[in-house]
Amino acid sequence: MNFEFSEEQLFIRDQARNFLSQESSAEVVRSVLDTDLPFHRGLWQQIVELGWTAMAIPESFGGLGLGYLELCVIAEELGRSLAPVPFSSSVYLATEAIKSWGSAEQQQHYLPRLASGELIGTLASSEGPGALEINAVIRGEGLRGSKLPVPDGDVADFALVVARSEDGIPGLYLVDLAVDGVSRSVLTTMDPSRSQARLDFDGAPAQRLGEHAIDGLAALDQLFDRAAVLFAFEQIGGAQAALDMGMAYTRERYAFGRAVASFQAIKHKFADMFVALELARANAYYGAWALSSDAPDLPLAAATARVSATDAFYQVSRENIQVHGGMGFTWEFDCHLYYRRAQLLSTAIGTQPYWKEVLATRLLAAA
Amino acid sequence: MDFNDTAELAEFRHRVADFLDANAQRRTDNQLRGMEGEQAFLEGKEWYARKAEAGLACLTWPKEYGGAGLTPLHEVIWAQEAENYLTRDAQFVIGIGNCGPAIMHFATEETKRELLPRMASAEDVWCQLFSEPCAGSDVAGLRTRAERRGDEWLVNGQKIWTSGAQYSDYGVVLTRTDPTVSKYRGLTLFMIDMRQQGVEVRPIKQMDGGQHFAEVFFNDAVIPDSYRLGDVGGGWTGALTVLMSERLAISGVQPTGFPQFLDLVKSLELNGRPIAEDPLVRERLATWYSRYAGLQAANKRMITAVAKGGIAGAEASLGKLVGAVMNQEIANFACQLFGQAGIIQDQELSPEQAHFQKTVLFSPGVRLAGGTDEVMRNILAEQVLGLPQEPRADKGMAFQDIPTGPG
Ligand SMILES: Cc1cc2nc3c(=O)[nH]c(=O)nc-3n(C[C@H](O)[C@H](O)[C@H](O)COP(=O)(O)OP(=O)(O)OC[C@H]3O[C@@H](n4cnc5c(N)ncnc54)[C@H](O)[C@@H]3O)c2cc1C
Repeated sequence: MNFEFSEEQLFIRDQARNFLSQESSAEVVRSVLDTDLPFHRGLWQQIVELGWTAMAIPESFGGLGLGYLELCVIAEELGRSLAPVPFSSSVYLATEAIKSWGSAEQQQHYLPRLASGELIGTLASSEGPGALEINAVIRGEGLRGSKLPVPDGDVADFALVVARSEDGIPGLYLVDLAVDGVSRSVLTTMDPSRSQARLDFDGAPAQRLGEHAIDGLAALDQLFDRAAVLFAFEQIGGAQAALDMGMAYTRERYAFGRAVASFQAIKHKFADMFVALELARANAYYGAWALSSDAPDLPLAAATARVSATDAFYQVSRENIQVHGGMGFTWEFDCHLYYRRAQLLSTAIGTQPYWKEVLATRLLAAA
Repeated sequence: MDFNDTAELAEFRHRVADFLDANAQRRTDNQLRGMEGEQAFLEGKEWYARKAEAGLACLTWPKEYGGAGLTPLHEVIWAQEAENYLTRDAQFVIGIGNCGPAIMHFATEETKRELLPRMASAEDVWCQLFSEPCAGSDVAGLRTRAERRGDEWLVNGQKIWTSGAQYSDYGVVLTRTDPTVSKYRGLTLFMIDMRQQGVEVRPIKQMDGGQHFAEVFFNDAVIPDSYRLGDVGGGWTGALTVLMSERLAISGVQPTGFPQFLDLVKSLELNGRPIAEDPLVRERLATWYSRYAGLQAANKRMITAVAKGGIAGAEASLGKLVGAVMNQEIANFACQLFGQAGIIQDQELSPEQAHFQKTVLFSPGVRLAGGTDEVMRNILAEQVLGLPQEPRADKGMAFQDIPTGPG
């Protein structure tokens, strides 16, 4: 038994942290937030060169053949630095789907290109407000329907689209997004540091993922479980950064002749944030292990990690604004960057009520 | 990272499961649960004696002191298995979990070999005599005096809230030996024989009706100098050892209320429908499970750190804080589920033999004992996060000059 990352994994984490503290600074994040840029190309290029997109892809497909634990430590750092790149879409969603269900040919085509960054992929599941409902449909060769929000849908080269076959069965379809029959529009969202699009399909060519038909909704559940663990690491990374930011500010800020951080009402807030974050971290670690060892309780562990990470990031990012006072409410201070990202991550791949229901179902089904 | 048991640990898990099967009731066995008093004490003594006989008492203690000579990981396994049973593991946690480590650290070899094995098997029961009427959270403000008389010390004063004092053979007592220096520097820690003339114990009735703790009066109680733990005036260091051990020990046995809640959700039907179908119940189940699972995993991480040679950090306060609050919230929620009948506290009539009603009334004490919620937050903020200390009104003063309330 060993409940910690290995020395090598911690080394990768430290390297990533150092790199991102330089290359994904607040200015870099703001260069996307404040402009129409969909993501930061320079940063993305460097990330690709560091091999992070290739990390969990087998060597036979041009990847590094490392495990999920390495990906988890990277995810934590991407979350901490709010990296404005399409990493989660391309790596946790598109790459994972193709790795799991793609035909030999599809894997041969896509995985090396995802590893090298030549292609950016994403997943298109949601079709608008409310619980996930699939109306997109394949008619003949073409896909019809709309998807929104699609993370990085404006820049991705292809998407895995959840759609129904002609006889109504949901499946996953590979769709090239730069073709006729696909129109994309950028959405205004709460977190413009990561772009989201609306995709309208009007007979776009679509290729079923996999040799044989798969149960698309079951596949989506599995995909979301894995992504939930990785997103949980992004969330705890972001929460830690927000907590550190709040503590640093209140140590320096004085009121009534003493540091704001010395007031007990403020300290107790930090203690509660720390508690939420530590619980989330512990659950994420367990999720990471379950993911990397494909343990039977991955579904339960993933939902648990997801629920507590979402709680923690929301709580910390919200209270970080509060302890900053008026400064916290300005555009100039970075508090809102974390708050925005917490909102984004808590809705991507399903909201808190959705995941709590999933968690309850799995818990009651277990044992 | 590997949450699986090694072969050796898997074998140990089997051994624990066999022992528990043979010696304890399953948690879901719908048996009446004696929570308190003489009965609990006697059951506790028997339970520990059986564990000691099987070589399963005090897993991490060296064998020569009555322990099993195993590792903190073995303790994790024990806790995981024992959670499914009704055990008396928490009964003597104060002696074994809190006092034991300080004795191991500060007592002479001879004393350790004499007293610790008897503590491990609960042949002797121990209590922790820290809190006083005027010193709880600020326990370093205590007043019980110890004065040296040759090779002995004479103790006078009063302790309060001493859990299990009425059943105890020995205690670890924190005293003031010098009121003319600052409050932290004038303290000395001792072991004390509770079965002597100068010690009078008066049980206190709690708000839930039980009598788990007591007042203890010292009138020229005698302590041999060989029972001193650490230096004269060095009592605060020893006290911190006790308090830190306490949090670690509690984090292993502290009730969170969650397993009982899960049992309830799985088994109870109300108005002809399983409560497991109620969306509100499901939402709470998910929320509390995420905390419960987080505590379990955090505890394992903490124990890994301890096993690697770290000391039980102030992080242990986290488990105390989260568990105690959750325990109360869960019990309250469960009673609300029962409708107007939620108020009924009757072993025959209330679901789970009125476990939740009893917990509603007992859980406030858990949030106070071993450091209050607020004190836990102070520890987390100041000692773990390193935030600035509270301004203190008694800083730099000799103990005897510190202002006190009218009480
Ligand atoms: C069931 C039970 C068992 C116990 N068993 C033992 C035992 O075996 N041995 C033993 O020595 N003691 C024992 N205690 C005593 C326990 O440690 C004290 O009750 C506890 O430390 C609080 O002290 P107090 O009761 O004096 O409350 P006070 O210290 O008077 O606290 C009153 C309120 O003030 C708050 N407060 C105090 N200081 C601060 C601060 N600095 N910042 C913010 N808030 C503050 C507290 O949180 C609390 O809400 C037990 C208590 C209980 C309830």
